[in-house]
Amino acid sequence: MNLFLVPVHLRRSHYALLEELCKRLEARTPFPVGIRHIETGPELGFDVNRHQYNSSSIIQHLSKHSGSDVLLGVCDADLFIPIFTFVLGEAQLSGNAGVVSVYRLRNSFYGLPDDPELFMKRLFKVALHEWAHLLGLMHCLETSCLMHASSSVEEVDIRGDEFCPECQSIVWQYLNQIKQRQ
Amino acid sequence: MKQETQSILIVDDEFSVRDSLTGWFRKDGYETSSAKNGEDALKKVQERNWDTILLDIRMPGMSGMEVLKRLTKNSPDSVIIMLTAHGTIDTAVQAMKDGAFDYINKPVDPDDLSRVIKKAMEHQRLKSENTRLKMTINKLTRYQELVGVSPVIQKIKEQIRMLANTDVTVLIRGESGTGKELIARAIHASGPRRFFSLVPVNCGAIPESLLETELFGHEKGAFTGAQQRHRGKIELAHEGTLFLDEVGSIGTKMQVELLRVLETKEYTRIGGTKSINANFRIICATNQNLEQLVEFGAFRHDFYFRINVFTITVPPLRDRRSDIPLLVEYFLEMYARKMNIEIPEITSESMEQLTTHQWPGNIRELANTLERATVLCQGQPIVPDHLQVSEMGLDETIEDRTLDDIIKSHIKMTLEAHDWNISKVAQVLHIDRTTLYNRIKKYGLKN
Repeated sequence: MNLFLVPVHLRRSHYALLEELCKRLEARTPFPVGIRHIETGPELGFDVNRHQYNSSSIIQHLSKHSGSDVLLGVCDADLFIPIFTFVLGEAQLSGNAGVVSVYRLRNSFYGLPDDPELFMKRLFKVALHEWAHLLGLMHCLETSCLMHASSSVEEVDIRGDEFCPECQSIVWQYLNQIKQRQ
Repeated sequence: MKQETQSILIVDDEFSVRDSLTGWFRKDGYETSSAKNGEDALKKVQERNWDTILLDIRMPGMSGMEVLKRLTKNSPDSVIIMLTAHGTIDTAVQAMKDGAFDYINKPVDPDDLSRVIKKAMEHQRLKSENTRLKMTINKLTRYQELVGVSPVIQKIKEQIRMLANTDVTVLIRGESGTGKELIARAIHASGPRRFFSLVPVNCGAIPESLLETELFGHEKGAFTGAQQRHRGKIELAHEGTLFLDEVGSIGTKMQVELLRVLETKEYTRIGGTKSINANFRIICATNQNLEQLVEFGAFRHDFYFRINVFTITVPPLRDRRSDIPLLVEYFLEMYARKMNIEIPEITSESMEQLTTHQWPGNIRELANTLERATVLCQGQPIVPDHLQVSEMGLDETIEDRTLDDIIKSHIKMTLEAHDWNISKVAQVLHIDRTTLYNRIKKYGLKN
């Protein structure tokens, strides 16, 4: 279950953050993490009425190209799913494709001075959270757990970057199942 | 830490909305399903119960409002949240008036959705807790069953059933000890007001001057000694039942006050200026002849008509002797349970005595007699000696006795109770010693 980060609507100048995220994720997941480039096209997921990008459309596109791997899109556009005003990220439950957006993770979005380390921490938490959904984990009620649902950066900051003991045991359980299949 | 599985049904004609919400809620651990129109939703609601239903207002075919009306009837336990687009806020407000719990605008701020869903789940939890508590109250407040199979008791039971779900004012008439309060409690416990208090007021035991404060309460400083605000019985009976026992003892001034409350459904505390809304049911009881009191001017006829909307007449025990064996069985079992002993047997002679006794004190007297007998028999069968029913009652109705007979037996009883201490007895009877000696001589009483 190799994980590949895919730049989606991401400026080349931001590719450095992909590499940093790649390193951080590799340190925490038992599988190799790499970067893969696939053709996405500028119009992928764009909604003319909302001037936002539909995350479900992006996920569908990534899923088609995933093969036996898992793809996690990293995007610099504002994502939405039809019912919500925005989402920070979305992933299929026990699936092979997900996407995270950096658009609302920067302090500058809220009129505050940028903090690159805080930004990376947020991105790492959102990406690891979506990866766990891809593994099959659901949201957790424990506010400090990485799997606690968070719909704003404040909540992302509040939750930790570790799983609670219960979620951690589920992660191990899923990983064992995958290893046995391999 | 996983949450208790709650179920959510999403009703929306747009696939993308159903799909995205279903996916979102699944990740939160909710059991989720969706319906693409009203008909589909009603079918799913018939199949099983849903904790929360998210319902779109604008849908082709059956509108969200129509579905809402049917859901509130078919699935009253579900919490319904309306989904609305801009421009349908008025409809959303109307939906809330029609029973929806809340509404959210599409597209939804993820924060708002979490908040509304949490609120809905909490509401749902409180609703089920409330239902559970009401069931517990139902069990706890189940009234003491009226014991008896005589036609008159059957009729009273039928009247209680008939009156329970109404707010009709009831007047219960009957001699002392016949169980008037038990009937009042049965009416209260069978009706929708059972979740609130039944507040009994013994009007005969409270002096007229205090009854007003007792019923209406008073504000702080309303009169000397009123150091705190005091809530009256009417306030305590809010949404419940006010039981006025011995209503015939209420003075005419107080009757006017009560009549006004019953007519206007409002009152003020003594010394207060603020009108308080009164929502209570009133049940009155009396052993007096109210018609005669009205005739003598001691009871206002307008108040009499107001409280005498429906009358239940409880017969004295001597008029329903066929119920006595059942009552004996009931009380013996009750006292044996209380005293944690075996239910004592009762000899046929004792039963004969119990069924032929006049019972001037009615069921109260029978209950006391049997409680005493349960103690005295010490596990042996109850014989007539254990009953200690006074001879005066045997084969003799109160109506058969002259005033002299009553005075004689009362003096005799008082003398025996005080070991023939003349001074003490004269003091108790409120007569002087000479009069007492004269009466003893007149009635031929001997120590």
